[in-house]
Amino acid sequence: MLQIIAKRVAIAIPTLVLVSLIVFALQKLLPGDPILTLAGEERDPEVLAYLREQYRLNDPIHVQYFHWVWQVLQGDFGVSLRTDIAVTTLIVQKLPVTIQLATMAMFWAIVIGIPVGILAAVKKGTWVDYLANVFALSGLSIPNFWLGILLIFFISVRMQWLPASGYVPPSEDLWQSLRTMLMPSIVLGTALAGNLMRHTRSAMLGVLTSDYIRTARAKGLLPAVVVYKHALRNALVPIVTLLTLIFGELIAGAVLTEQIFTIPGFGKLIVDGVFTRDYAVVQGVVLVTAIGFIFMNLVADVLYVLINPRLRHA
Amino acid sequence: MRITRPLLLAALLAGTATQALAQGTTLRIGLQEDPDALDPHRARTFVGRMVFSSLCGKLVDVAPDLSIVPEMATQWSWNEDNTVLTLALREDAVFHDGTPFDAQAVRLNIERAMELPDSLRRSELASVERVEVVGEHAVAFHLSEPDATLLSQLSDRAGMMMSPASFEGNFAQQPVCSGPYRFVERVQNDRIVLEKFEDHWEADEYHFDRLVFLPIPDATVRLANLQSGDIELLERLAPNDIAAVEADPNLVFLQEAGTGYVSLRINTGNGELARTPMGQDARVRRAFQLSIDRDVINEVVGFGIFTPAQQPFPPASAFYDESIQPTRRDVEAARALLAEAGHERVPVELTFGITTTNQQVSELIQAMAAEAGFDVTLRPTEFAAMQQEMTAGNFTVAQAAWSGRPDPDGNIHPFATCEGSLNDGRYCNEEVDRLLTQARRVTDTDERVRLYSAAQAILQEELPHISLYYQVRAFGVSARLQGFAAHPDGMIRLKGVTLSD
Repeated sequence: MLQIIAKRVAIAIPTLVLVSLIVFALQKLLPGDPILTLAGEERDPEVLAYLREQYRLNDPIHVQYFHWVWQVLQGDFGVSLRTDIAVTTLIVQKLPVTIQLATMAMFWAIVIGIPVGILAAVKKGTWVDYLANVFALSGLSIPNFWLGILLIFFISVRMQWLPASGYVPPSEDLWQSLRTMLMPSIVLGTALAGNLMRHTRSAMLGVLTSDYIRTARAKGLLPAVVVYKHALRNALVPIVTLLTLIFGELIAGAVLTEQIFTIPGFGKLIVDGVFTRDYAVVQGVVLVTAIGFIFMNLVADVLYVLINPRLRHA
Repeated sequence: MRITRPLLLAALLAGTATQALAQGTTLRIGLQEDPDALDPHRARTFVGRMVFSSLCGKLVDVAPDLSIVPEMATQWSWNEDNTVLTLALREDAVFHDGTPFDAQAVRLNIERAMELPDSLRRSELASVERVEVVGEHAVAFHLSEPDATLLSQLSDRAGMMMSPASFEGNFAQQPVCSGPYRFVERVQNDRIVLEKFEDHWEADEYHFDRLVFLPIPDATVRLANLQSGDIELLERLAPNDIAAVEADPNLVFLQEAGTGYVSLRINTGNGELARTPMGQDARVRRAFQLSIDRDVINEVVGFGIFTPAQQPFPPASAFYDESIQPTRRDVEAARALLAEAGHERVPVELTFGITTTNQQVSELIQAMAAEAGFDVTLRPTEFAAMQQEMTAGNFTVAQAAWSGRPDPDGNIHPFATCEGSLNDGRYCNEEVDRLLTQARRVTDTDERVRLYSAAQAILQEELPHISLYYQVRAFGVSARLQGFAAHPDGMIRLKGVTLSD
């Protein structure tokens, strides 16, 4: 077990270096000059020159990169070019927001996806299965932004049940926080639920056709006992690891969902950072996200080994 | 997920402090963008000025007729040769940290604006040589040459007064000004919260306990928030949302002609791409203008609020030239001009920043100009890239907006003088330069009008820019909001504004 973790951590470092290099290079490839973007309507040549110097934009690119790495190693992610706010402050402010959105979306995905998947597998070939598949495909194929705008229109504008956008920290007002996050988490959760449902269904079908289930049925156990006591436990093995791997999809979906509902999380921070060429912000956020990915992969590996004893001595 | 929980807790504790919601009335304002740094000397966005309107007091303000009116300076006078401006200051003003406002504070503020290496106010205060403390509540600005624009600069960020005690450190994170509302907190991309400052000299005139500015970039979502009652006011209402606001009994649409405008800027002298028929021949540019029907743009895209413009000064301005009226579309005349210039078809590339409105305007121009002999290709460009392209001269014609300034100088000088900081097409005409620079140095309004009109006559002939329409200041507000009025500068002024139950 420790070996696995050590191996993973060893791989993590070059991965992070590679990620930071790619992000750095991609940003430099983007057309647009961060200082000009920053200046907007106020283009004072002297100030522009001063800012270029201050943000080391005149240095060769590798010098810029190493300087940034050196700063990061000292725990300094720089400041947002646009607002003067420290990137670490931004990360601390925004991370809980995205984690809350992801957790709530995950909740919907699990609550909807897994039971529907089980049901579809047990009732394979019936109209229940058919309906479940239609639901899963809709969840996967309906664009988030469209569903988001529709929900805003009907639930906030027409019915005035829920706030149309924004964010309230749970520490400030838990009830209000859950209300503002409800629609975004449903939008983000439906796509994941579709995914989860299909995986659950196929895992469940795999188990239901196996020998020991046939034996259990032959022993005359109640169908419910067969399904929920014997089949489900084994079917959940691949699903648990899938949950950790969905993390990437969650983050990608969060970017879009946060844009629609104006939620000030990681996704919005990245998109705004890209549009305003706020290099320090984009680099910092991507780095933290990459660390999150690596961590989730590690968790997936460890879980897989814990659940599946055959791998322990591999 | 278990491992991330302590992290989440730590982040929550370190993040926004838990605050019990303040009792009293809160006004929630939907902004189109998230403002930039909240430091008046380093700030650069239009949207940032909306927050400063409530946060920071200024030496002088701008009235709806664009004249200069007292604010923290109660009166002012010029010396004989217009090189010394003396201001008498309020004696009852206090900064948010309790420091009294006096002449010394003005001197320190102006010096910071002139000396900070990344101050964007330096060029606005270029004529100022020094600020002299004349008395406890009187200052004199000594200028190197007469500067008619100075007072209007002091009506904006260059004249905003911050507590000198707060200059050390990162001002933008914790701005300390003297406006009717003081800074509480800011979460980037999420909100800026201000609370009422009880010691403001007109505290009785301000009726909200808290202001919450919420950046909501998407126009549809911003409107949805207004309709659902999650905000009470939104700025820059999209033209195609006017009907929805007017149809809703709970909402009111407010508009006022603005000081800003949208125009086509033509590359006449910036690199290779200036060597096009459009860039080299004024007749081709005039033909292009003749092919455009500004009324159609107003009706189709603007839903009636894109007032056609032919000059950079708005009708409300004393410098607006009545004799310059929008040209009427005349396809025949346009064709004749093109033939005279020796062209049958002229290729034109039109660059514009990606927004729905810009796209629609550009497509209309493309269709209208085609009938007169122009083959217009559209080049939608993301905003940050567009600015770089334009500075580098990598454009033929670009559609661009200017948020506008109360003094005419700000609407024309940076764009039309040879060394103008926003003159991306590098149009250069010595006579225009002379007239526009002279107009800065004369303080007599009639004389300035004459100079600007003389410069405009040349610009209308040579046409390095084709004005399209004035930017209207459009607001959608809750019907419960009483006493709020749109202002030509687009700022949100809350004096006397109340919210009924």
